[in-house]
Amino acid sequence: MFVSGEVGSAIRLTLLLASITTIVLLLVGTPLAWWLARSRRPWKEAIATIVSLPLVLPPTVLGFYLLLALGPNGPGGWVAGFFGRRSLAFTFLGLVIGSVFYSMPFVVQPIRNAFEAIGERPLEVAATLRANPWDTFWSVAMPLARPGLITGAVLGFAHTVGEFGVVLMIGGNIPGQTKVLSIAIYDYVESSEWSQAHVLSAGMLLFSFAVILSVTLIEKRLRRPAA
Amino acid sequence: MHNARAMWCLAAVAVLASCGGRQTEQVVHVAVAANFTEAAKEIAQIFEQQEGTRAVLSFGSTGQLFTQITQDAPFEVFLAADEETPRKLVTAGLGLADSVFTYAVGKVVLFSTTLDLTNGEAVLRAGNFEKIAIANPSTAPYGAAAMKTMKSLALTAHLAGKIVQGNNITQTFQFVETGNAELGFVALSQVLGRDPKSIWTVPQSLYSPIRQDAVLLTRGSENNAARAFISFLKSPETIKIIERYGYVGTP
Repeated sequence: MFVSGEVGSAIRLTLLLASITTIVLLLVGTPLAWWLARSRRPWKEAIATIVSLPLVLPPTVLGFYLLLALGPNGPGGWVAGFFGRRSLAFTFLGLVIGSVFYSMPFVVQPIRNAFEAIGERPLEVAATLRANPWDTFWSVAMPLARPGLITGAVLGFAHTVGEFGVVLMIGGNIPGQTKVLSIAIYDYVESSEWSQAHVLSAGMLLFSFAVILSVTLIEKRLRRPAA
Repeated sequence: MHNARAMWCLAAVAVLASCGGRQTEQVVHVAVAANFTEAAKEIAQIFEQQEGTRAVLSFGSTGQLFTQITQDAPFEVFLAADEETPRKLVTAGLGLADSVFTYAVGKVVLFSTTLDLTNGEAVLRAGNFEKIAIANPSTAPYGAAAMKTMKSLALTAHLAGKIVQGNNITQTFQFVETGNAELGFVALSQVLGRDPKSIWTVPQSLYSPIRQDAVLLTRGSENNAARAFISFLKSPETIKIIERYGYVGTP
């Protein structure tokens, strides 16, 4: 690849951040989506609303609260203490935490929809075949919800790649640690280095096109036999 | 149906509201380098009281505002944080050459909410901190001055791994204020009235003086309010305000 060190490190960092965020979100988001789909508790929609908040909130609101929460007087500072540090702001871990909140609705929503689309029937059949709930979840629910899981993973990944405002507020622009692609582009534009900005922006454009197209195609292909 | 009607009502209200402003009111749009935020607000307030003209202020780093002006941003006066940027605008035909003047000379300070900076240089040399905040040196002159200071002290390599960059000097200050960075290079104007122990005034010998130039932009050349604002910046009364905010005024 003919990319300079700084651009290369921004690309690597962005892909790493998006990958880790996606894995964390699948691990946290799948059980949460299952609970949201199956629970009959009346207040579950309040939880669902909290998960969806980043869809509406400006990234500055999330960035502002994160800056305080990650700092020495917040829970992030307490966690940072275990690593002998004062603050999680300006760290890769801080970006992962921010991205998990920021991208959560894009992962939880499609998975929840997929779980809900299964309906009661297949789960009841599994129960009559004496499958325990754990077995039912893994052998029936998860395979049937596969399109939703894939969509959630792709959207979560892509949305994290496209993250900007939150990182701008808690990242501190450190090459190799918090200077992700969107920040690098912003930097190039603001300092009038537009040729670099052009290369990266065109790359992002193609990447985004490919992501949305593949989500559409995957859904189409996976839905066809099930429908 | 009801929703559609409600939408139309909302749209109508929005249109009316935007028409409601006094059409005859004189306005000047001013782009202001972030370090000058507080002083500019006070100057604009007094300008409005005395001249009856409203100065609408937009803040950002000098580099950001420069980029916006080259893309036809609706600014008429630009208060930069260096001499170079207004000069570049004049060369590009976006600013009036004879309007350029230095409205303030700024000072860089090291600031902390947790460390005793009575001897700031020793604190920098010891390096017993995790993060030091500076403004982005490629767009903010105060960030460039911070880099120059560290270079003059031969500490660039020593501190490189600890540097975090704010998008402009205001965000840099906020990184320090929230405690996420223990200390940072900010503008003297941002820390006036703070505990003297929390501030180290960087000796002028360590960086080039930050001469902050103003320029009347071509877009504002026909606007009397813009010219009035420039003259007001040079008035003895304004210079007093500028000096009160920790700058050296230049009559």
